[in-house]
Amino acid sequence: MKTFVYATVAVAQAEILKLMRDPTELLSRAIQPLLWLAVFGQVFSKVRGIPTGNLSYLDFMAPGILAQSILFSAIFYGIAIIWERDLGIVHKLLVTPAPRTALVLGKAVAAGLRGLVQAVVVYLVALGLNVGIRWDLWAMVSVALAVFLGSCIFATFSLVIACVVKTRERFMGIGQVLTMPLFFASNAIYPIELMPGWLKAIAIVNPLTYLVDALRDTMIVGGHGMYPLAMSFGVMTAVFLLLLAIASRLYPGLIR
Amino acid sequence: MTDTDPACSIETKALTKKFGAFCALDHLDLQIPHQCIFGLLGPNGAGKSTIIKILTTLLDATSGSASVAGFDVASQAIEVRRRIGYVPQMLSADGALTATENLVLSASLYGLRGAEREARIHEALAFSGLESVASHLVKTYSGGMIRRLEIAQATMHRPEVLFLDEPTIGLDPVARRTVWERLLELKASTGMTILLTTHDMEEADYLCDQLAILHQGRLAVVGSPTDLKRRLGPEASLSDVFVAHSGVVLEQGGHYREVRETRGTAQRLG
Repeated sequence: MKTFVYATVAVAQAEILKLMRDPTELLSRAIQPLLWLAVFGQVFSKVRGIPTGNLSYLDFMAPGILAQSILFSAIFYGIAIIWERDLGIVHKLLVTPAPRTALVLGKAVAAGLRGLVQAVVVYLVALGLNVGIRWDLWAMVSVALAVFLGSCIFATFSLVIACVVKTRERFMGIGQVLTMPLFFASNAIYPIELMPGWLKAIAIVNPLTYLVDALRDTMIVGGHGMYPLAMSFGVMTAVFLLLLAIASRLYPGLIR
Repeated sequence: MTDTDPACSIETKALTKKFGAFCALDHLDLQIPHQCIFGLLGPNGAGKSTIIKILTTLLDATSGSASVAGFDVASQAIEVRRRIGYVPQMLSADGALTATENLVLSASLYGLRGAEREARIHEALAFSGLESVASHLVKTYSGGMIRRLEIAQATMHRPEVLFLDEPTIGLDPVARRTVWERLLELKASTGMTILLTTHDMEEADYLCDQLAILHQGRLAVVGSPTDLKRRLGPEASLSDVFVAHSGVVLEQGGHYREVRETRGTAQRLG
């Protein structure tokens, strides 16, 4: 167990060091949530065509945009893994006795921590737009946990895709194809109740829905999720563990 | 431990690897004794990288068996990984980290911790001659410095067997000579068995105690460089030995992926 933890921490630590040295990606990723909240959100607040209960549309969509920002960033994590494969870094990691699951988990943890930094950026944008954010400790810790778990899910999903497609060109194609459907087939910018039956069925099995739901429950003053918070976290944890098991199995195949 | 020759660090029996219809290794029998620098030569596509990938547990064989340091690579992969070091052909040191950070990562993955880890990192930096630039990002290093760091990373856990896939590809003559000196120093000081692949005849002649030339996944010939040259004729060079046994013709230049990887590595090192 100790070996597992040390290996996970070592991989995550190396990833964090790299992230700290080159924060430009984080800054560039801040532009998209800014546009969604400041442009899309403000315009749609005026339309009042989407029933959002007691919340303003901007308050309703802010958790969705945070979730989207995490999804869009983490889903391209696999590109870095393919790049590491081409550089021989993956080969070197795989010849060590470190458990494969620890190598994958280390990457996921790093993605989770990166997600937290992105959450700070979205919070700053939301603050500037007078979104009703909850500042109590319980809410902050819950949001942090949801963001961390959501980032782990989508980064590990991305790693699975990378292990299957194996080239950057194919990955970019698949990544583009996946992100928008995942986003639109969720409750990020409109409630699930508005969806036609077939889309509702997809949204219910989409992990992004549970991330948004948990965030809506905990991030916004007066916000309520569709599902109990424990259920959202339970689904996210189960999805992450499943993806972690699949990714650990597929990761060694990346170099073949 | 498996039923292997105790005098050998590496042993393969009828080792075969097929990729679809292509047979990369064809019933390969190989014995590499302890404390030997063993060179694998052969044209691109001969199976050199495939055998290294199988011996380092990165790839499964189609049939046959292989053992490293007395452990079967298929059924005792973790035991094998604890006892080997590997320097891939590509640049495996992370350019976005410093030398110390790269060493910390390797040490941690090999289970080194605390004061022991610190001591080994210090030792590795001294061995690779990188103490003064230990806190610089690796992407600022020359090709020779990166290779020295990679060898230090691959050996800081004191493996019994070290694998190197074309270790001096793309290096200038001075850097190449420094890498050779480091490898000889390692063998002398630790008694490590070293298996390397190379296209460089001078390197093979200078470094290797034993050589094998692979041709289409089979062993064409095995022996010491001196012996192999003598067998061909009094004036024969190792290049003559290579041409005589590898069956190289002008049309054979290796597969696209191998050539791309080789050129990519040479470009990054250059």
